[in-house]
Amino acid sequence: MSENEHHIVPVKLYMLIGGTLLFFTWVTYAVSKIDLGPLNTVVALCIATFKATLVVLIFMHVKYTSEKLTKAVIFSAIFFLGLLLTLSLADFGTRNWL
Amino acid sequence: MSASHATTAGSAGAHAGTQDAAQRELRHHFVDMQQQSNTASLGMWLFLVTEVMFFGGMFCAYLIYRLAYYKDFAAASQSIDVRWGALNTAVLLVSSFTMAMAVRCAQLGKQKLLVIFLLFTMLFGATFLGVKAKEYYDKYEEHHIPAMNFNFDGKLLGHPEYVVNQRHAEMFFSIYFAMTGMHALHMVIGLGLMAYLIIASSRGKFDTSYYTPVENIGLYWHFVDVVWIYLFPLLYLISRTKG
Amino acid sequence: MATAVMPEQRTNYLNAEHGVKSWLLTTDHKRIALLYMVSVTFFFFIGGVYALLIRLELLTPAGDLVQADTYNRLFSGHGIVMVFFFLIPVVPAILGNFLVPIMIGAKDLAFPRINLLSWYLYIIAGMMVIHVLLTGGVDTGWTFYTPYSTAFASPKVVETGLAVFINGFSSIFTGLNFIVTIHRMRAPGMTWSRLPLFIWANYATSLIMVLGTPVIAITLVLLVLERVFHLGIFDPKLGGDPLLFQHLFWFYSHPAVYIMILPSMGIMSELIACFSRKRIFGFQFVALSSVAIAVLGFLVWAHHMFVAGMSVYAALIFSFLTFFIGVPSAIKVFNWTATMYKGSVTYETPMLYAFGFIGLFTIGGLTGLFLATLGIDIHVTDTYFVVAHFHYVMVGGVVMGYLGGLHFWWPKITGRMYPEGLGKLAALIGFIGFNLTFFPQFILGYVGMPRRYYQYPPEFQMLNVLSTAGATILGVGYLFPLVYLIWSLKYGEVASDNPWNAAGLEWKTTSPPPTFNFHEDPVVDFEAYNYDELKEIPRER
Repeated sequence: MSENEHHIVPVKLYMLIGGTLLFFTWVTYAVSKIDLGPLNTVVALCIATFKATLVVLIFMHVKYTSEKLTKAVIFSAIFFLGLLLTLSLADFGTRNWL
Repeated sequence: MSASHATTAGSAGAHAGTQDAAQRELRHHFVDMQQQSNTASLGMWLFLVTEVMFFGGMFCAYLIYRLAYYKDFAAASQSIDVRWGALNTAVLLVSSFTMAMAVRCAQLGKQKLLVIFLLFTMLFGATFLGVKAKEYYDKYEEHHIPAMNFNFDGKLLGHPEYVVNQRHAEMFFSIYFAMTGMHALHMVIGLGLMAYLIIASSRGKFDTSYYTPVENIGLYWHFVDVVWIYLFPLLYLISRTKG
Repeated sequence: MATAVMPEQRTNYLNAEHGVKSWLLTTDHKRIALLYMVSVTFFFFIGGVYALLIRLELLTPAGDLVQADTYNRLFSGHGIVMVFFFLIPVVPAILGNFLVPIMIGAKDLAFPRINLLSWYLYIIAGMMVIHVLLTGGVDTGWTFYTPYSTAFASPKVVETGLAVFINGFSSIFTGLNFIVTIHRMRAPGMTWSRLPLFIWANYATSLIMVLGTPVIAITLVLLVLERVFHLGIFDPKLGGDPLLFQHLFWFYSHPAVYIMILPSMGIMSELIACFSRKRIFGFQFVALSSVAIAVLGFLVWAHHMFVAGMSVYAALIFSFLTFFIGVPSAIKVFNWTATMYKGSVTYETPMLYAFGFIGLFTIGGLTGLFLATLGIDIHVTDTYFVVAHFHYVMVGGVVMGYLGGLHFWWPKITGRMYPEGLGKLAALIGFIGFNLTFFPQFILGYVGMPRRYYQYPPEFQMLNVLSTAGATILGVGYLFPLVYLIWSLKYGEVASDNPWNAAGLEWKTTSPPPTFNFHEDPVVDFEAYNYDELKEIPRER
C-alpha cells in the first residue's frame, strides 16, 4: 500500500464514480421491471459486480497500488468463496439426477 | 543503510513539520512508519477476506434454497418494498463516496474537512439503519418474521393461482433477517468506528505522515457497502415482473 | 556443572519484568506463547480425562460404567476439547507464536496486541466450555449435526456453539498475524527461499485459518439463531436441508485438520534436518507442498458426508479430489527420508518423535486413502476404522510432532535442557502406548464395531481391552514430560545458545532470548539448513 499514501485521487473522479454507482442502481431497479426471464438475475448480478468493482478499484484504491499482494488477497477471497458455492452446488444441483 | 533503521526520518514524502504523528505513533517493532502502515493495510485486507468467507456461508445457504424453492422465494421477495431497498443502496453508495473523500482529506492533512466528511458518512450510515428499522417494522406488522406468528399471504406476481408454500416463504425470511441483520450489525460497528475516527481526528491525531486508521476503517466501510451491493438484487429483485 | 552463565542472571524475556500484570498484559509474543502453553496443556489433560473415561467404559461389552446419554456427553466433550482447544492451537499458538518472529529475524509479530487478544478469546471460550462440561455437557458430538443440535439436544448447545465461535476468532487473529508478519517483517536478506520450512508450514496453516474459520463461525451463528430465535435455516420443517449444515461445517472442519497437521510437518523438517546434519532434500518441494496441502484441503470436505444422503455424483467428485491430497503429503515423507539418507543421523529425543511421526502419519495418511475410496467407505464409515485413522494422524502425527518440537526448542524457550534419558523413555512409552491403543481399532472398525457406541458385541472385547491398556500406557507417556519438563525449569542443565548446533536464526540468539529477540538486528546472508557450514563445530550442550 506504499503508493496509496502518495496517490491522491482527484475529487472529480470520486464524483464521477459516485454518480455512476447511483446511475447503475437506478438501472438495476428499472431493468427489474422488464421481464427478461432468467436474464433478469444475470443482468442484476452483472451490474452489482460492476458496481463492486468500481468501489474496490477506485474507492478502496486498488487501482493505484503497486502491491501485487493486495490483488492476490482479493482474488483468493473470491476464489475460495467460489469453491464453497460451486462445490456445494455440485451436491444440491445433482441430487435429482439418476 | 542507516535510513531504513532511523525511526525519525523514515516516512517518505513527509515534511519536517508534519513528522509528529508518525513519530508519535511508530511502534517499537517496526523499522519505520512505511513498514507499519503497509503492515496495517495488509492486516485489514486479510480481515476483509475473513468477512467475505463469513458472509459467504450465508450466501451459500441463500443460493441453495433459492434454487430449490424459486417460486416461493420470488413471492416472498416481492413482498419487501423495493423502494426502501433502492434508497438504502443509494444511501450507502453516497456514504462510500463521503468516506473516500474523508480519506483524501486525511492524505492532504485537511483536518476540518476530514471531520466533516466522517460526520456525513456516519449520518448516511445511521440513515441506512433507520430505513432498515422501518423495513423490519413493516415485516413485523405483516407477520413476516419467522417463528413470530408467521403468516405469509402474499401472492406470486403473474401467477395468482400459485399457492405459496408458507414454510418456504418463512425460509426466505429467515435468510433475509440473518443476512440483513448481520449486515446491519456490521453497520453498527462501522458507526462506532466512525465515532472513534471523528473524535480522534478532531483531536489532531492524524496528519499527512500518519492516517492509517482512517484509511483502513475506510476499507472496512467500503466492504460493508459492497456486501449490500449484492444483497440488494439478491434479496429484493428475485423477480419483480409477471414472468 | 554449568559452565554457561545461569539464565536467571542475564536479562531475557522471562526475567525482564516481574509480576502477574506483566504476564497478563504482555504483548511479547514469547510470553504469550507460554500463556498458551499452560492453558493448552490444561485442556489437553481435560480432553485426556474424557478419553480415559471412554476407554474405561469400553473395557466391557455391556454399557455398565455410565448411561448411554452420559457416554454421548463423554465423546462429545473429548472431541470438542481436543479439536478446538488443543489440536488447532497447540503448535501455532505455542511454538508458532514463540518462533515465527525469531526465525524470520523480527522483533515481534505484526500485531502484538491482537496476539494477546487471541489468547484472551481462547481463555474466554475455554471458560465457557468448562462451564458447559461442568453443568452437564452436550451430547451432539463435536460435529453438532442438525436437526438434533437445533431441535432436540440440550440448550447447552448454544453456549458451546458460542464458545467455539469465540475460539474461532482467536484462531483467525493468530493466522492473520502470522501471514502479515511473514510478508512484512522478514529481516534483510531473509528471502522466501531462505525461510525455514517451519515458517512455510505456519504460513500455509495461517491461510487455512483465515479462509476457513469464518465459515464455521457463521455456521455456528446460524445454529444459535435457529436454536434461540427459531430462524430455521437448517430446519427440515421449513424445507431446510440438514446437509447444508454439514456442507458448511465440513468446509471448515476438513481444512481444519490441515491446520492441525501442517505445523507439525514443519517441525519435522526442522528436526530431521538437524538430526541428520543435512539440508532438507527438495526444499522447494517441501515448501510448496505445504501451500498445496492448504489449497487442496479446501476441495475435499464432503468426503465426510458420503453416506449422509448427498448426490452420488458429487460423492464421486469429492472422492476423486481427495486422492490428490495424498500427493503433497507423500512428497514430504519422501523428502524427509531422503534427507536422512547419507546424513549423520543421531537419536536424541526430538528425533525419536520424528521417527514416530513418519511411521504413524504414513499409516494414518494411507488409511485416509482407503476412506476416500467410496466402496470401502460405505463399509467402514462411522466405525472404529475412522476413529483409528484420525487418531493416527492427529496423535501419531500432530502430538508427536509437537512433543518433538517442544523438546527441541525447550532449551531455547527456557534456557534449560530436559533430561535426555527420561525424554527417550517417554517417547518410547508413548509410541508403544499409542500403537496398542489405536491399532486394534483399525481391526475393530473393519469387523464392524460402530463408533460413538458405549456397548458392543462380546466378541469385540479382547481388542477393546488391548486398546484401553494402550491408552493407560499412552497416558503415562504424556505424564512423563509434564513432570520432567516442569522439573527441568529449576533443576535442568543450563543450556547454551545452540545446544544442538542447529541451523536457523533462533539458534543465533541467547537461550532464552531477550525481549526483543536479538541483541543486534540480524542480517541474513546464508541459506536455510546450512549444515555443511556448521559441520565442523563440535556440539556443545
